[in-house]
Amino acid sequence: MTQAGHVPGAGTPAASAAERARRDMLRDARVTARDGVRPRIGADALCEAILLQGSDTIWGYPGGVILPLYDVLVDHPELRHILVRHEQAASHAADGYARASGNVGVCLGTSGPGATNLVTGIGTAMLDSVPVVVITGNVPNALIGKDAFQEIDITGITLPMTKHNYLVRSADEIPHVIAEAFHLARSGRPGPVHVDITKDALMGETKATHPSTAEIESGLPGYKPKLDGHPRQIKLLAEAIAGAKRPVILAGHGVLIAGAERELLELARTAHIPITWTLLGIGVIDETDPLAYGYMGMHGWKHVNRAIQSADLLIGIGMRFDDRVTGNVRTYAPKAKIVHIDIDPAEIGKNVVADLPIVGDAKHVLDALLPLVTKVDPATRADYFAELAAWRTESEGSSWHGSGGFRDGVLSADFVVDRIAAGSNFDANLTADVGQNQMWVARYGGFRRANSHLSSGGLGTMGFALPAAMGAAVAVPEKVSWAIAGDGGFQMTLQELATIVQERIPVKIALMDNKKLGMIRQWQEIVYGGNYHSEQLAGPDYLKLCEAYGLPAWKVSKPEEVDAAVAAALAADGPALIWFEIAERQNVYPMMPAGKGLSDLIDKWGDDGEDVTEGATGPRVDPMDPTSGGAK
Amino acid sequence: MTPTSTARSLPGSGEERRHLIVAIVNNKPGVLNRVASLMRARNFNIESLAVSVTERSDTSRMTLTIVGDEVHVEQAAKQLYKLIDVLKVQDVTDESIVEHEFALIKVRATKRTRPEIVSVAEMHRSKVVDLGDEAVIVEAVGEPAEIDTLVELLREFGIKELVRTGSVVMSRGSGSIEEQVKR
Ligand SMILES: Cc1ncc(C[n+]2csc(CCOP(=O)(O)OP(=O)(O)O)c2C)c(N)n1
Ligand SMILES: [Mg+2]
Repeated sequence: MTQAGHVPGAGTPAASAAERARRDMLRDARVTARDGVRPRIGADALCEAILLQGSDTIWGYPGGVILPLYDVLVDHPELRHILVRHEQAASHAADGYARASGNVGVCLGTSGPGATNLVTGIGTAMLDSVPVVVITGNVPNALIGKDAFQEIDITGITLPMTKHNYLVRSADEIPHVIAEAFHLARSGRPGPVHVDITKDALMGETKATHPSTAEIESGLPGYKPKLDGHPRQIKLLAEAIAGAKRPVILAGHGVLIAGAERELLELARTAHIPITWTLLGIGVIDETDPLAYGYMGMHGWKHVNRAIQSADLLIGIGMRFDDRVTGNVRTYAPKAKIVHIDIDPAEIGKNVVADLPIVGDAKHVLDALLPLVTKVDPATRADYFAELAAWRTESEGSSWHGSGGFRDGVLSADFVVDRIAAGSNFDANLTADVGQNQMWVARYGGFRRANSHLSSGGLGTMGFALPAAMGAAVAVPEKVSWAIAGDGGFQMTLQELATIVQERIPVKIALMDNKKLGMIRQWQEIVYGGNYHSEQLAGPDYLKLCEAYGLPAWKVSKPEEVDAAVAAALAADGPALIWFEIAERQNVYPMMPAGKGLSDLIDKWGDDGEDVTEGATGPRVDPMDPTSGGAK
Repeated sequence: MTPTSTARSLPGSGEERRHLIVAIVNNKPGVLNRVASLMRARNFNIESLAVSVTERSDTSRMTLTIVGDEVHVEQAAKQLYKLIDVLKVQDVTDESIVEHEFALIKVRATKRTRPEIVSVAEMHRSKVVDLGDEAVIVEAVGEPAEIDTLVELLREFGIKELVRTGSVVMSRGSGSIEEQVKR
């Protein structure tokens, strides 16, 4: 274990305390420096509107047309502006801020390239229903549509990937539009809302006042999220539950968004039903709970997918039967009636045909359902649960979990994830990147708490982990924020190392370096017959990199070094990085090949049932490596 | 709840037909773009689209014709509803409605064929609105099928130009979709 680089600053607990103190202090400093000295302009109204909505952080990057805002930021000291190193990171940080705290995240960029750089983060938030308000500057009104310098039709670009968007041309509109944007972002099915504001609007004088929530709502006749489920449907659900022999709950992100974890658990306990979860549903239940059965889908646990396939009743709550969850719909849960509870009516009947649809907010629906649910004596489900337990033992036994890390000294990724989670007392926020690392975090993170798992599920955006973990660290300073990223994804947004050092954001980075685009390599191995291409990834010496950026770093390549490095990173002042040199060819199993069904999981690849990796059986034949014995 | 057979059926494998959708939307710039963009992104094919302001100047009415099965079209309607500027969406295909379309047809004419064209037009509840030496313009109002028939008949003379507005519809009786918008 080697250490390099170090930046002095507060330690993690101290950093959180300092963060809190700083916020309290700023909250007291409400009087603006130039109050009364100069006229109030649109940019002031924008800052006021954001603060009135309860947001105190903007992730942003300046540029020509947005400079009027930067000119007044000093007069709104309660609003913390965090300067990122790339606008994509601003949008992911706002997203991570929102996912970890449930509050609306705010990001900001200038027109043209600043705005287009935000787009990936907007799409990421859209597909995962995350409340983010995205603000961009635009050229002066008179130049709109003239291909002016840094003018791009950004509202045209964000239109299909936002819940709603606006082009604001006058300062007087700003208070209303910003309040409406926040309202839309956080209510109903949440999502990103983009507000594009021309330079004239930012600079124009205005006396416009801020509207009340009631005024906002009455101004939106076309927007009435349906929270309460239909009583008749809910009664039918209670009856279906009473009649089911093998019910399974499929819990998704909607449960977390609604804050319905307690109601979910009560339902599971009353009717004695196992809870399974989607990628974004991780954290709906403490994974150590006896009714917590596991993570489903393409890389989910075999026992979980088996339970779904053999169920007679599936109760989907706040999830959307995405293709990563169902595989081939034709063979999905062939014996089950499907109940689908979701706040978005358009999700019902989109991917699967629901036998019993219920449109409503998860919490409202469960609240109405609970009094109608007949208590089920666990003894009556003894056989069912015994079978589930047997499947679980079998599937967990065939996994690397708990054994891989010690196999002949190989540093396996699942072991690393487990030790990070355990070393942080299963209480940290873990933000995954995309690829194999994401699946290892999902499977082995051992989550016990709602909103402690952050992952780009819908869009699958590489580069998400570091900036999103940055957002989580600022939003929830009392919890440790880990970014667990592959070497590929980390190299997409590693410029943010400078941000976390400059702003002392105590993100702990676990770099899962397999020196490959691991998930690409896995697909090329399994789906493309070993025809490898562009999966080898050179990277820098990450210790030197961290030294250059000024944050402490450790390199770990043996299982026995993991715990000490995790402890050291946690004890370090502010941000820190651990460079884990993990097994280079470890695959994520099980795996459901595209187009196949949940019953067609590949568990181990190869005739002998062994993984293609170094370890107990020694190096395997690598078709790309002439010295390893030729093609398979 | 009905029991499910072994192979799960996919959403939307029913019979395809033409559906008429009416949407009441905010009369604001960009709303048409939102509707069009959504239909494109979600892979719904609009056969025709007619837009105009309603009794209230702050709302517009869109009439869309889409071909698809029930589930497909229902999904389109639900997606439309998600647009903040869409106030009301209704599939009126199976309701008691008046469905009319308007067309202008410029037909090649000579001294000899002119009276013939005029009589064809008159027989089909349409009229000639411009008489030139070499062409006449026929104006037609009616159900799309009636206009189809007229166009077929006029094709014989040679059609130089044809413009159709696409269907607009209104329910028969006293019901009003505009009055159903909750404000
Ligand atoms: C922005 C982006 N580009 C490409 C992909 C496709 N992709 C999915 S996983 C993956 C490989 C990820 O490699 P790495 O970050 O090293 O993670 P690993 O799988 O090795 O854990 C790629 C290229 C993506 N998801 N996102
Ligand atoms: Mg990698």
